[in-house]
Amino acid sequence: MEISSEDNNLMEKVLPPVEQESDVELETKVKKYLRGEGANLETLKDKKLKTQLASREKLYGKSAKAAAKIEKWLLPAEAGYLETEGLEKTWRVKQTDIANEVDILSSRNQYDIVLPDFGPYKLDFTASGRHMLAGGRKGHLALLDMMNMSLIKEIQVRETVRDVAFLHNEQFFAAAQKKYAYIYGRDGTELHCLKERGPVARLRFLKNHFLLASVNKSGQLHYQDVTHGGMVASIRTGKGRTDVMEVNPYNGVVALGHSGGTVTMWKPTSQAPLVQMQCHPGPVSSVAFHPNGHLMATSGKERKIKIWDLRKFEEVQTIHSFHAKTLSFSQKGLLAAGTGSFVQILGDSSGGSSHNYSRYMNHSMVKGYQIEKLMFRPYEDVIGIGHSMGWSSILIPGSGEPNFDSWVANPFETSKQRREKEVHSLLDKLPPETIMLDPSKIGAMRPSRRKEKPSRGEIEAEKEVAIEAAKSTELKNKTKGRNKPSKRTKKKKEMVENAKRTFPEQEHNTALKKRRIGEDAAAELPASLKRFARKN
Amino acid sequence: MKIKTLSRSVDEYTRERSQDLQRVFHNFDPSLRPMEKAVEYQRALTAAKLEKIFARPFVGAMDGHRDGVSCMAKNPNYLKGIFSASMDGDIRLWDISSRRTVCQFPGHQGAVRGLTASTDGNVLVSCGTDCTVRLWNVPRPSLEDSSISSENFIEPSATYVWKNAFWAVDHQFEGDLFATAGAQLDMWNHNRSQPVQSFQWGTDSVISVRFNPGEPNLLATSASDRSITIYDLRLSSAARKIIMMTKTNSIAWNPMEPMNLTAANEDGSCYSFDGRKLDEAKCVHKDHVSAVMDIDFSPTGREFVTGSYDRSVRIFPYNGGHSREIYHTKRMQRVFCVKYSCDATYVISGSDDTNLRLWKAKASEQLGVILPREQKKHEYNEAVKNRYKHLSEVKRIVRHRHLPKPIYKAMGIIRTVNDSKRRKEARRKAHSAPGTVVTAPLRKRKIIKEVE
Repeated sequence: MEISSEDNNLMEKVLPPVEQESDVELETKVKKYLRGEGANLETLKDKKLKTQLASREKLYGKSAKAAAKIEKWLLPAEAGYLETEGLEKTWRVKQTDIANEVDILSSRNQYDIVLPDFGPYKLDFTASGRHMLAGGRKGHLALLDMMNMSLIKEIQVRETVRDVAFLHNEQFFAAAQKKYAYIYGRDGTELHCLKERGPVARLRFLKNHFLLASVNKSGQLHYQDVTHGGMVASIRTGKGRTDVMEVNPYNGVVALGHSGGTVTMWKPTSQAPLVQMQCHPGPVSSVAFHPNGHLMATSGKERKIKIWDLRKFEEVQTIHSFHAKTLSFSQKGLLAAGTGSFVQILGDSSGGSSHNYSRYMNHSMVKGYQIEKLMFRPYEDVIGIGHSMGWSSILIPGSGEPNFDSWVANPFETSKQRREKEVHSLLDKLPPETIMLDPSKIGAMRPSRRKEKPSRGEIEAEKEVAIEAAKSTELKNKTKGRNKPSKRTKKKKEMVENAKRTFPEQEHNTALKKRRIGEDAAAELPASLKRFARKN
Repeated sequence: MKIKTLSRSVDEYTRERSQDLQRVFHNFDPSLRPMEKAVEYQRALTAAKLEKIFARPFVGAMDGHRDGVSCMAKNPNYLKGIFSASMDGDIRLWDISSRRTVCQFPGHQGAVRGLTASTDGNVLVSCGTDCTVRLWNVPRPSLEDSSISSENFIEPSATYVWKNAFWAVDHQFEGDLFATAGAQLDMWNHNRSQPVQSFQWGTDSVISVRFNPGEPNLLATSASDRSITIYDLRLSSAARKIIMMTKTNSIAWNPMEPMNLTAANEDGSCYSFDGRKLDEAKCVHKDHVSAVMDIDFSPTGREFVTGSYDRSVRIFPYNGGHSREIYHTKRMQRVFCVKYSCDATYVISGSDDTNLRLWKAKASEQLGVILPREQKKHEYNEAVKNRYKHLSEVKRIVRHRHLPKPIYKAMGIIRTVNDSKRRKEARRKAHSAPGTVVTAPLRKRKIIKEVE
């Protein structure tokens, strides 16, 4: 008996080491799919509802586990990495070294396009990373297919172009030109002229809501629904001119960086900002959001980059560096900061909740190139740099998400798939009211009142105690014939009644009292003045 | 130094030949899908609206009887057919798919009160107010029988005359006995012209009878003294009886949980009981405004259909207090009998206006062959709608039903009456010493007593 139990114990301990590891990994993966914690069912009193919800919670757990287990087979690709050995530092690795080590297909993604005549270039990528839009300050708009490295269409609008943005797919794009913003089709035809907005400084598109957000030269924020063309909101921020505007992909909130150092967050349904944060002592140069929605990076003229946690609105980290003119987060959480002709990529060395961004890679371009915009390409280990002499693209291993989902964004989309996706995303278009700081509140229960009302039992117990106290008070022994028993009992009854009255009926009584006071006051007035009595 | 960058070769991610299917890749990571709850809510709203757009429950009416339809019977071995009998003695077998009469069984002189098919489906038993029980041989449906225009008239194989008019008949699920309800409860055998056994408890007539699907010797009856009685044939006596406040018009056993039965009552509610514990109803289903005339369970055991004197047919969930669905038409008058089809897809109602009406059990269901992708989409829509059906916008759309004016007004009146009753009771309770005024739960309130 003893021997067999010992054997059993040994069997339990000696699990193959591979399986043990995968248990821990499985736990983290399951956590990712669980999307938060389960509901607290202890507070429910309805037994039927409790059992129904308990079985549902179980199902959630099962599905999260199934998704975690199948990840191993379902995801074909693994993320890129850059690992150095010994005394080598990752930020000393140059692009030429990388080009020597990687395959030909990747090295095709390193290039410089030199177009010195048309001014600093702004970039935008589609959600799948396949198409790129480049807009030069002097009016050059180019739409490119990055997979084949081919130019689809380029037009010269002969006006200053301040910003460019794709709409929901590569068929439409918007350009902020000298006086107004324009929407163009894929073949370069001008489709719409958006006159209401005035001279636009920045353009951004909210994908789930089909809203084109822009901030113009006088600091007004405009939201327009591109499906029916109606202006959903035009908000006067009251903070003056700014051209720092970014959209938080997690919740659709627009953040503006102002010259006073404040960052304000807006939603289309309210005229006042959701949040106002004082981020820097001087003007905010640029803002960037982490794709998970919890981190925001801001940079100011005092040569600091600050990382903020958006759940608590607290500063997580300050990086003393250069004055970063432009910031961008990648899908995997790498932060790119650019100034002059120098790009620095910062990586999060510690995973989990504590963030510690440190140098990961550097890249300096030719001295004359002034960087205008940095943007990571989705689903690729590439960053696009728009500068004064054109645009470039360099390799940053580990920045892109390796596995895409065909139903979310497909770089290998056929035209039929694109059309279907357009229809489905239109059917799922969200109304502008769903933009809020915490999008998981939709469909959630309203939290119960913080001040817990004492339960009936407690109230009754207190009542009884008070009644007992009232009953047991000793009345003063009055003399000279004032101590009649009838009077004594009356007095005692009165005291007990008073003790009873101070309980929940109190609220009712105060309301009644107020009404009575009003009535009494009205009754005191002479008849001729009765019409001036306060009618409450 | 180890470097690896993402590089996707086009061959791996696209199809080889144009005959192949497109390659699809999944990544269920929630971080790739921002605002997924809002998107789901939007889809729930769209699903609820689509359900209402596609809700066309009425399939057709079966016309042919010359007087109000009094009862119906299902043949468990033949899904397409249904028997119906009218108040002038006309019994017909209908083919549901073409909605025509297959054959008629003339013979009864007065109203036919009960119809039932035997276990193997070959014999049809009918009983009526002319004090006779007739047995008929049901013709076998053959494949060449497409010419339904030739209506056959079938002679009864046996006619048994007895002393009193009959109110209902039901056949054992696995056996050859059938029970008739009249002045007392009689058990008959196919071959005997007189009842094999008789039961009586009290002097009132028995109105309806129903055999238990799970236990072949157990049956439940309801009598005009407002009682429900459960009989056990092996004991040759009544097992239990409860007396309620109002008369029960019809009883149905749950085919999936044979110990539970549901009684359709004269006061407009249906009471579900556990057959082993009759002193308290398990659930009270309240939505009809007038007497509930007939009740039938779905073969899944998860819902039941009721037909009521207030000209409507309602479908209730087996454990829920309110109806999931209501069907009504201007032309449908008092509904006397309802049946749930054996494949749980259709509901058949027989009413006073001489028509049998065929309705879909799920009003927005797509009938016919559905592709697997369509099926998945339907399931997804159903699931996402159920997840958000408590939120106000979705709830408003899902709950919305058009009610005929008399029913709408009657419900308003009933609500005010109940509210005032409840208020009065609450005030009485508040002004009396605690513990003197006890409100009995609704499940017990309507049961007067239980008798052994």
